[in-house]
Amino acid sequence: MTPAPLGGRLLKTLPWFAVLAIAAIVGGPLIGSTHISLRRAFDPAIPFADNVDAQIFFVARLPRTLAGALVGSMLACAGVVFQGLLRNPLATPFTLGVSAGAALGAMLAITFGWSFAWIGIPAAPAASFIGSLAAVAVVYALARARHGGMSTNVLLLAGVTMNAFFSALILFVQYFADFAQTYRILRWLMGDLDVSSYQPLVTALPLVVISFAVFAWLARPLNLLSLGTDNAATHGLDVTRAQRAAFISASLATGAAVSVGGPVGFIGIIVPHLVRLMVGSDHRVVLPASALFGAAFLIGCDVVARTAISPVELPVGVITALIGGPFFLWLLVRKS
Amino acid sequence: MKLLTYLVAAVALVTGPSVASRSLISGVDGAAAMAGQPPAPPNRIISLIPPMTETLFAVGAGPQVIAVGSFDNYPPEVEKLQRVGALLDPDVERILSLRPDLVVVYESQTDLRAQLQRAHIPMYVYRHAGLADITTTIRDVGTRVGRAAAATQLAQNIEQRIAAVRKRVAGLPRPSTLVVFEREPLTLRGIYASGGIGFINDMVTAAGGANAFADVKREAVQATTELVLARRPAVIIELRATVAPGEDTRREVATWNALSTLPAVQQGRVYLFSDQRMSIAGPRVGEVVEILGRTIHPEAFAPGH
Repeated sequence: MTPAPLGGRLLKTLPWFAVLAIAAIVGGPLIGSTHISLRRAFDPAIPFADNVDAQIFFVARLPRTLAGALVGSMLACAGVVFQGLLRNPLATPFTLGVSAGAALGAMLAITFGWSFAWIGIPAAPAASFIGSLAAVAVVYALARARHGGMSTNVLLLAGVTMNAFFSALILFVQYFADFAQTYRILRWLMGDLDVSSYQPLVTALPLVVISFAVFAWLARPLNLLSLGTDNAATHGLDVTRAQRAAFISASLATGAAVSVGGPVGFIGIIVPHLVRLMVGSDHRVVLPASALFGAAFLIGCDVVARTAISPVELPVGVITALIGGPFFLWLLVRKS
Repeated sequence: MKLLTYLVAAVALVTGPSVASRSLISGVDGAAAMAGQPPAPPNRIISLIPPMTETLFAVGAGPQVIAVGSFDNYPPEVEKLQRVGALLDPDVERILSLRPDLVVVYESQTDLRAQLQRAHIPMYVYRHAGLADITTTIRDVGTRVGRAAAATQLAQNIEQRIAAVRKRVAGLPRPSTLVVFEREPLTLRGIYASGGIGFINDMVTAAGGANAFADVKREAVQATTELVLARRPAVIIELRATVAPGEDTRREVATWNALSTLPAVQQGRVYLFSDQRMSIAGPRVGEVVEILGRTIHPEAFAPGH
């Protein structure tokens, strides 16, 4: 069986995903918990400082939608890469301890009331990013120490252990937190896209660009890795280099996504599988499709989260799980 | 009779915090009442709830208090007392070993309550409610610890103080007021504001404000940027229990400038209070209502008014 040429398959599928993502980015800011007049929002005659509709659109909704797009696509792609790297369909961006490290960092910042701003990033996101880097560094060092190259088994075990260890540290630090702080930590862990300015997005942008550039290069190596490392090596792939690139880029993407929106669950596992059910398993299609679909999916979940029981809002992580879980199961059943 | 008590206790031990143990507590409490005489005032009180600890000291029952919760720090006398955990992590063993004759617990501490019931230790079960309930609770707990007269006096003082503020602001326009308890430093993320129930909402109302989220019948609302913009508060009051190290109050207030359409921002009416009193539903609420009144309606407190 010869698969259809790549160009044709990309042309047949990607435009649909692109339309979906663009529709979500354009439609997302139109919906919210309050009613605004778009004509007023875009009326240049009203000064911005007095234009409530424009501020709701540009300060509240648009950054939030863009944060959803960014976090959704990064987590979805990181999920694809981790599943390919570990050759484990159950891997998520959080499997290797990145989110636990990030949570510990955010927790320390919240508990000890750090309120510095590091190159313009407030303490909690900055600390969460540093925490995720620390977790990644430890896991990476462990995986390298065992073998000359990278053992995915050691990587997986080290990641799972680090997750447990960081969770224990989180509980330990929690002991020093007062009520309000505990509540804030809990909310942070649920994920929240209400960034209320473009600053977090701009700060994360360099990491986003780097990660996506590496992801684009990774598509073919990941296809080869899915044949097994020995097979991939006989096809001329520098396995260790590919694994290292996959691990570092996906971890950076996850760390950046978590520092923007908190550890939003389920995106990194549901989106890649949904996309594979729709387009097959060629990473050259799955990666761009996941980026687009992840963005659309998270924006959609966030729209539901902020309108379902308005004026109060649900954490977006609850919606990703509530919508994603059953949808995923339905697709599984329908397919078979 | 004694056998019956043992039986009930045995059932309580087996079934845990169930109907049987609930009848046990009324048994303990009811015993003295049935005999027709007030129970002797407790002398070994443990209070796990900061506003209640404050109340006990304010009604003069301080010398009867032997231990407090981990977060209690007012009045200064509590610093010398033993700590026995708090709402989520009460140290039951230590509480029992101190042989208290009254433990003030929060309503939601069901495990602790069940254990205290089994140990036949009397409890005063407390729950946050509205502003009016604070003085009711003061009178109630004052009577329970044998300080009824002092408690009545204290409650009256608070009520008079609040009534005086209400009188000053009566008839004045009520500006929409947003009360923020929590927010990420230096950004407008993770805002928690007072909803339409609870003592903070009541205090704002008494001080002549209209809570921006009065229609949301919850104690706390997670207010997104969009909601804050749409509600257009004319006054923003941020309450902090403590100042974080390195916190710059002016910069924190300036963070709100991002929402420049808010009347509160345009008129420079964003206030940040780092004052522990503000979030404790205890005997100092009268002072707090006064502070809020001066903040929301400075004109009503101007000299010569």
